[in-house]
Amino acid sequence: MSDTLTIGGRALASRLFLGTGKFASNDLMAKAIAASGAEVVTVAIRRVNPEAGQDNILAPIPSRCQLLPNTSGARTAAEAVRIARLARSGGCGNWIKIEVVNDNRYLLPDNQETIEATRILAAEGFIVLPYMSPDLEAARRLAAAGAAAVMPLGAPIGSNRGLRTRELVRILIEEIALPIIVDAGLGRPSEACEAMEMGAAAVLVNTAIATANDPVAMAQAFGQAVMAGRTAFLAGPGAVGRLASASSPLTGFLHEGLAS
Amino acid sequence: MSFFDIHASYANFDFDGFLAGVTAADIGRAIAAERLAPLDYLALLSPAATAHLEAMAQRAHELTTRHFGRTVQLFTPLYLSNHCVNGCRYCGFNATTPLARKALTLDEVEAEAKAIAATGLKHILILTGESQTHSPVSYLADCTAILRRYFASACVEVYPLTEEEYRELVRAGVDGMTLFQETYDPTVYAFMHPKGPKRVYRNRLEAPERAGRAGLRTLGIGALLGLADWRIEAFFTGLHADFLQRTFPETEVSISTPRMRPQGGDFLPPVAVSDTDLVQYILAFRLFMPRAGITISTRERPELRDRLPALGVTRLSAGVSTAVGGRTRGEATPPQFEIADGRSVATMAAMLARTGYQPVYKDWQSL
Repeated sequence: MSDTLTIGGRALASRLFLGTGKFASNDLMAKAIAASGAEVVTVAIRRVNPEAGQDNILAPIPSRCQLLPNTSGARTAAEAVRIARLARSGGCGNWIKIEVVNDNRYLLPDNQETIEATRILAAEGFIVLPYMSPDLEAARRLAAAGAAAVMPLGAPIGSNRGLRTRELVRILIEEIALPIIVDAGLGRPSEACEAMEMGAAAVLVNTAIATANDPVAMAQAFGQAVMAGRTAFLAGPGAVGRLASASSPLTGFLHEGLAS
Repeated sequence: MSFFDIHASYANFDFDGFLAGVTAADIGRAIAAERLAPLDYLALLSPAATAHLEAMAQRAHELTTRHFGRTVQLFTPLYLSNHCVNGCRYCGFNATTPLARKALTLDEVEAEAKAIAATGLKHILILTGESQTHSPVSYLADCTAILRRYFASACVEVYPLTEEEYRELVRAGVDGMTLFQETYDPTVYAFMHPKGPKRVYRNRLEAPERAGRAGLRTLGIGALLGLADWRIEAFFTGLHADFLQRTFPETEVSISTPRMRPQGGDFLPPVAVSDTDLVQYILAFRLFMPRAGITISTRERPELRDRLPALGVTRLSAGVSTAVGGRTRGEATPPQFEIADGRSVATMAAMLARTGYQPVYKDWQSL
């Protein structure tokens, strides 16, 4: 039985989404995309430069991939909406990852503006994937606003600190019916694997791959880790035993011929 | 509270005593800190920290790579006018210097824009001297309207404006502003700026705050290194950047670290700032503000510039002329200062690619 993730009507075999910032060259990015097996690739519209030809950030993205433009740089819902419309009219399709950030020190998302942008863009027919701080009420509102998935952060963007928001993300996975895609902060393949074992629908990785000494090998490693984590989730890990075999069991008396 | 108050709170601080008393343990703690306090930053600017540059460099490299990746943004300055009413002792455009004065006509701005756009650059920084007659805000707005046809983003490096004037620039499509305080030492400032509106230290110091309130997306600051003790200038530049980032968390804050260059006239910088000093400044600032931009201009020579992205620099100028209309009219007017790196945009891009960095021509789209 095939295990696919369906978003916006598209069935995805790979549950690793890739970001395209921070690569040393477009060539390296193309090779990392190939090695990762990713089918969804996110691109900051702010970086798209159609006049740059082969140097344009869109150039190395293979046509088999689903383009996920993002609104990086937006500070308000209104700016995110304008960037999304620019993306669509510029031929980048109708998927949009909403990033609204008003905090340039940690790049933490503004959930309130993100919900508003989601509502507007979903109504305009966009497939909306909002990046958010993991908060249950905000996730519910995003779902009600028409999001196609919810993308909580694991740790601040680019921090490589891992799944610091584990407990909050776990609650979103339990409570929200939409796919939960852990975005930002994952620094190692083992952390991506951990998110997938928990039941995340997918993970999005950029910095950890783009800034590795060997981005292509690291892309492959993340691809493998995501597959392993997903397989483990589906397999249903055995219960973690509290391995107590106490030397003086508290209930031992029940077997010691008490009745006699 | 404005940065003027923060600066004033250090009026009686014993900088010499603090800098002389910094220990290796202080420096080690600062390098390892998750978040540096102002005095941690000052410790990294101390003479004692010079012995720890490699450890600082390793940390600065790690932080820069994490936050900015293996990319460097390219931009170029466009000098619109060298008319100026100020008397800055160190400047080639000083009002008292006899030189050919020129403000580009809008047609000439367009010709310059075409020449620059042909290099592939998408970010432009416009500069003028201070003159309400030759380069008023309305002129900046008119020039911006033309430049926006050729560039994805335009920023200004002009004289200090009022908040309402900054709002006018925002409406005209300007995304950011850069303004160097030149020196944070009020006494040195008064000596260096004997005439013109630039005499007023506080008006200049608070201009980036006015720009932030007006809604500009990027705020750039800097001290002109060579006018006063560089360690203290670097300290206040860092504090100023930190203040702006706290006050306007939604803006991108950046610094420049310009060193004095030869220019017309016979001014000699009173303070020497070595390559080692400059590198120490960049490293210490990167540790203090991991996500802030750092710009290096063509005041620095190629051998040095090429090595600085690995240490924290995120933005480089390329294809530079510091003369008004220098790309289409040649040096019909003299340059503001002599540049040390005359490489073209293509040559800079090739250098970056060779050293493992992607040149970024476009990193914002004016909305």
